[in-house]
Amino acid sequence: MSVPEGALVSVCVLLRDRDVLHARRVAGQELEKLGARSVKKTRFVTAVSEIGRNAVMHGGGGEARIYSQVHPPCVTVVCRDKGPGIADVDAALCDGFSTAGSMGRGLGGARRLCDQMEIETTVGKGTCVTMVARL
Amino acid sequence: MSAASAIYFVEGVLLVAIQEDISDTDILDLQEALAERIVRDSARAVVMDINALEIVDTFVGRILAQLASVSKLLDAQTYVVGMRPAVAMTLVELGMDLPESKTALSLSHALQDLRGKPLA
Amino acid sequence: MSETETSTVLSILRERFDAILDGWISTQSDEGVQRTDLFSHKEGREQTSSLLRAMITGIAEGDTGSRFDLSSEPWTELRTVLVDVTQERSARGVSPSDMASFVLALKGPIFFQLQELLADQAGELVEEIFFISRVIDAFAVYCTEVFIAERDRIIEQQRDQMQELSTPVVELWDKVLTLPLIGTMDSARAQEVMENLLETILQRQSEVVIVDLTGVQTVDTQVAQHMLRMASAVRLMGAECIISGISPTIAQTMVQLGVDVGEVTTRSTIRTGLADALNRVGYEIVHKAKQ
Repeated sequence: MSVPEGALVSVCVLLRDRDVLHARRVAGQELEKLGARSVKKTRFVTAVSEIGRNAVMHGGGGEARIYSQVHPPCVTVVCRDKGPGIADVDAALCDGFSTAGSMGRGLGGARRLCDQMEIETTVGKGTCVTMVARL
Repeated sequence: MSAASAIYFVEGVLLVAIQEDISDTDILDLQEALAERIVRDSARAVVMDINALEIVDTFVGRILAQLASVSKLLDAQTYVVGMRPAVAMTLVELGMDLPESKTALSLSHALQDLRGKPLA
Repeated sequence: MSETETSTVLSILRERFDAILDGWISTQSDEGVQRTDLFSHKEGREQTSSLLRAMITGIAEGDTGSRFDLSSEPWTELRTVLVDVTQERSARGVSPSDMASFVLALKGPIFFQLQELLADQAGELVEEIFFISRVIDAFAVYCTEVFIAERDRIIEQQRDQMQELSTPVVELWDKVLTLPLIGTMDSARAQEVMENLLETILQRQSEVVIVDLTGVQTVDTQVAQHMLRMASAVRLMGAECIISGISPTIAQTMVQLGVDVGEVTTRSTIRTGLADALNRVGYEIVHKAKQ
């Protein structure tokens, strides 16, 4: 995985659902500082919410690191957990795939809502998702 | 009942304004509370004002969809009102159209629709 | 900066300023570079002279040796003048090659002066010519860059204007909006159009939206997807969406593509779409009998 662009703004622990709210609020504020339009912000924050919730619900908790850069403007969120990992990433990215009885739109949906998303995962070790919003 | 949202009962309709910082736990509690209130109050409809929500992700979207289905089983119509443009665009992108819910621009539009006449 | 390297050129430029200026201007006209059809002699002379002065400043203060860098501080004035001249000329229709030739035409008169002064010092002459050539070439390259940047800016501007022109959201009646779509729909544009439409619904508290496809040439699967997403988003906001202007060809294509419009209301003409929309908000169009 490449090094995230910009400076580290915040490290949010993700253990409970409230923590996801905090992480996405920070991500939203950073986008606002860079002058993002509301659609851009909503899309990205929704993606952060999906991935953050995955870390809490399926990954047994983790952390979200939020980076911000002015030139060229972008916000990066790296969300890492030490959960079971994803066995088949391609399948997981398809809408309708779910191992947990949810609707299975989260991962694929999140990827559509970011400008860039990378998934690094090892079965039994955990998952790291990097999401980028470019302005 | 959840601390994040208050439920009001007006003209046979349950009104809920969902708060901005509602958590997953809160919204699950709300879902349960609403199902009980529909039966207890013999409500004919549930109106959920989500104008405060800056984002609706698949989890919240799923709860809204489930709530509509539950209400339907209990013979009440669900309205989702006040959705922000950016939220609507994102939900569509996520493939969540909330087909079981009716929608309205605002609370008063929904109430007007329930009264069966156009808003003057 | 090495003094010896620039002193000869610098003194020539200073002492024989007018001669070089005249030489530059006449070389331009000899080579047909001076576009008298586009600007007057006087203007051309003023521009040329301010360029030459800025160049003297640059050579006097800047590094002209191996570390010559046109983007450095001492060349600011020259860059500013070059940008002004290039932008002004490009706006008048001067081509990039005309502009480069204009700058390169400066070489002739300077070489001529150098040749006169250093007639019997061949080694030094070559060195001076080599040095001044590099500087002037850099000017020409810079002009071309400015030219391209200016063109890009104009293209960008026109693109924005066209996009805005082609996606007006019009309030036809209380609570009724129409969005006449024209031209092609790519994802970026569809996104922009949708955002604009939804914001207008919110502002005007509109209850019905007519998306009119009369001006759309072809509907492929992607366009159809955008259309249906737009309809879904409109519904989520609490308004109704009518898609009008579906021609027989478009209808057939959509069926062949397997596009399912689901619950979305479709109408063949905007006329029927409007009647339907007004009906939904409680109005009726009636024919007024003549008294």
